[in-house]
Amino acid sequence: MTLKSFGSVLFFLVVLAALAFLPFYAGEYVVTLMIGMTGYVVLATAWALFSGPTRYISLATVAFFGIGAYTVSVLSETLPYVLVLLAAALVGLVVALVVGLATLRLAGVYFVIFSFGLAELVRQLVTWYEVNITGTLGRYIFLPVTSDGIYWQLLALAAATLLFSWAIGRSRLGLALKVIGDDEVVASHCGINIAGVKLALFSVSAVIITLVGAIQAPRWTYIEPSMVFNPTTSFLTLIMALLGGVDRLWGPLLGAIPLFLLFEWLSANFPNHYPIILGLIFIAIVFVLPNGVLAAAERIFSKRRGVTVPAANQGGAL
Amino acid sequence: MNIISRRSALRLIALATTVLSAGALTPVSAQERTSVKIGYALSLTGPNAGGTGITTLPNYQLWVKEVNDAGGLEMPDGKRLPIEVVEYDDRSSAEELVRALQRLATQDEVDFILPPWSTGYNLAAAPMFDRYGYPHLAATSVTDKAPEFVKRWKKSFWLLGGGHDYTSALAKVLVDASDKGVINKKVAMISIADGFGIDLVTAARPSFQEAGIEVVYDKTYPVGTTDFTPMINEAKASGADTFIAFSYPPETFALTQQVQVADFNPKVLYFGVGTAFPIYAKNNGDAITGIMGIGGIDATSEKVADYRQRHEAATGKAPDYWASVITYASLEILQEAIKRKGLDREAVSEEIATGTFQTVLGETKLEDNQLRDLWWAGQWQNGQFVSIAPADRPGASQPIIPRPERK
Repeated sequence: MTLKSFGSVLFFLVVLAALAFLPFYAGEYVVTLMIGMTGYVVLATAWALFSGPTRYISLATVAFFGIGAYTVSVLSETLPYVLVLLAAALVGLVVALVVGLATLRLAGVYFVIFSFGLAELVRQLVTWYEVNITGTLGRYIFLPVTSDGIYWQLLALAAATLLFSWAIGRSRLGLALKVIGDDEVVASHCGINIAGVKLALFSVSAVIITLVGAIQAPRWTYIEPSMVFNPTTSFLTLIMALLGGVDRLWGPLLGAIPLFLLFEWLSANFPNHYPIILGLIFIAIVFVLPNGVLAAAERIFSKRRGVTVPAANQGGAL
Repeated sequence: MNIISRRSALRLIALATTVLSAGALTPVSAQERTSVKIGYALSLTGPNAGGTGITTLPNYQLWVKEVNDAGGLEMPDGKRLPIEVVEYDDRSSAEELVRALQRLATQDEVDFILPPWSTGYNLAAAPMFDRYGYPHLAATSVTDKAPEFVKRWKKSFWLLGGGHDYTSALAKVLVDASDKGVINKKVAMISIADGFGIDLVTAARPSFQEAGIEVVYDKTYPVGTTDFTPMINEAKASGADTFIAFSYPPETFALTQQVQVADFNPKVLYFGVGTAFPIYAKNNGDAITGIMGIGGIDATSEKVADYRQRHEAATGKAPDYWASVITYASLEILQEAIKRKGLDREAVSEEIATGTFQTVLGETKLEDNQLRDLWWAGQWQNGQFVSIAPADRPGASQPIIPRPERK
């Protein structure tokens, strides 16, 4: 381990520890704020884990998020909490495997449309089940989990996701993904098992997203499909990841934090203009920062230093 | 020597602390309250903005305006403090709502919080109200579980009844009519496969069974259905004199048109959410006479008529005929409880639970933290959506069954 990487590991740990102790010195509202923010950091990072290298734009985030929340609501009375989370992860995994096997051969815009449809499909299935089998739509979650507890769980999940994303980035799998993202034909000629690699990453990403939904669900007490399968969650995750930059480890995080804070500020100061501003930001990101802030910053810095940037990757995020 | 000096040093410190803290406290206690902070987080944007904009937000605006025009909220000592509003948008997301409520309680430290719109969001909000000790007057939450919630959240108040209340009242209206021999005891019903529709149809099946009403047609349709012709035809063929749709506003409007097109004239027509919207009358004119639905208002009450007028003058639109007046009454209850007990939330909650209040609904008293004096069913008569059930409550109108044939 070089001194530099040792330094960044140490820094990562110190920041993590500082964040973990936050509930002891910060107010309750800060913890609440951090829950929302950490939730989106995990969602955006997990989203970019799969969509970044493969360039598959997925709008299925909320499908898995909702599955997580629903699993908790169904099992919270019957199983211990840890097992509930495990069960949620398992359900997310199974759905991801089934869906992934069926669809990861789709490319480009077909996948985008399918993933959007998936969220709606899951929502309708849940609704159908509740209507015809249980005869009630809302479900109650009465779990004695505190805000602090939820925050710590999300923080741990965030750390794990970032670590995992970092590890993938330097593994053979990560390299394989990059090849797939650049050119699938080349990848298959290199002997990469394209479907397998994509499926593995899609599943991991989906499981993490499912866990976010599962961990956050106890905060709402009552859930129904329209609450947990809200498509805005998918769009926000996408925007955050794109703003930060999907092909860099810290990109989604750097996109999620400012956008989250911005929306929090907007909802207090311009309560009626949220959708307009959301749309404008979306447009701005696509036109001005197609590769995210991190890439833009790097380009500006390297220009100053007089280094030319390889042009291959520009404008390719979408 | 050493000990003594330490002791005197301690004494000095203690003294200094006392003096300093007393000095620091004086300006705080001398500071007079100049306003009462009232906060709310509503779905101002997103899928819930429609309902919020019809039932909840206009009433909050009306109430705040009226109170402030009168000089503010009256305190027990007769002084009036103007309301300062802190408003947030939850963007129709439960997580945002929970966060906004926490922000109101811990950052803005508002004196009282007004609840969000809809059953689900009030349930998501209830633990937050409870945790920070705010009274929670859930005026737009329809739930059969209110008695359980009251035990769980002591300061929660449930003002809009439960699904069973509405369907058993409807069953009674039908049974009364069939006892008179004007309709048969057969019902055809359809319901939307979403929140409200499911709750009501699940409550309706046992209600009808208990009342000895035969459900001859019972279908559920998915959200977004626009063509009801097949269902209308099957209901027509079923021989039922009563057609019920536990619908949401888009289908309520569509069904109203499509029963006319299909020339379907059952003796009783009952539609779900949307029937009580003022715009329903505007869009459909005379065709809606005799149509029944949830809610209704006391047509004989001058207070209600006056309230409707003030609402329209202040917000530019008429209130709906169901939860609007309840929402407004809940604000009147809060206002009166503050007048009696001041800004102590504990005492105010206690007063809301036990006190008797003069509101737009008349004399209002909660039973076990619930409002039970409600109108369970209404009918469009002479351009008003008037209440018909419970029939024995003063102010109830006579239901018109069979409904008049369309011209």
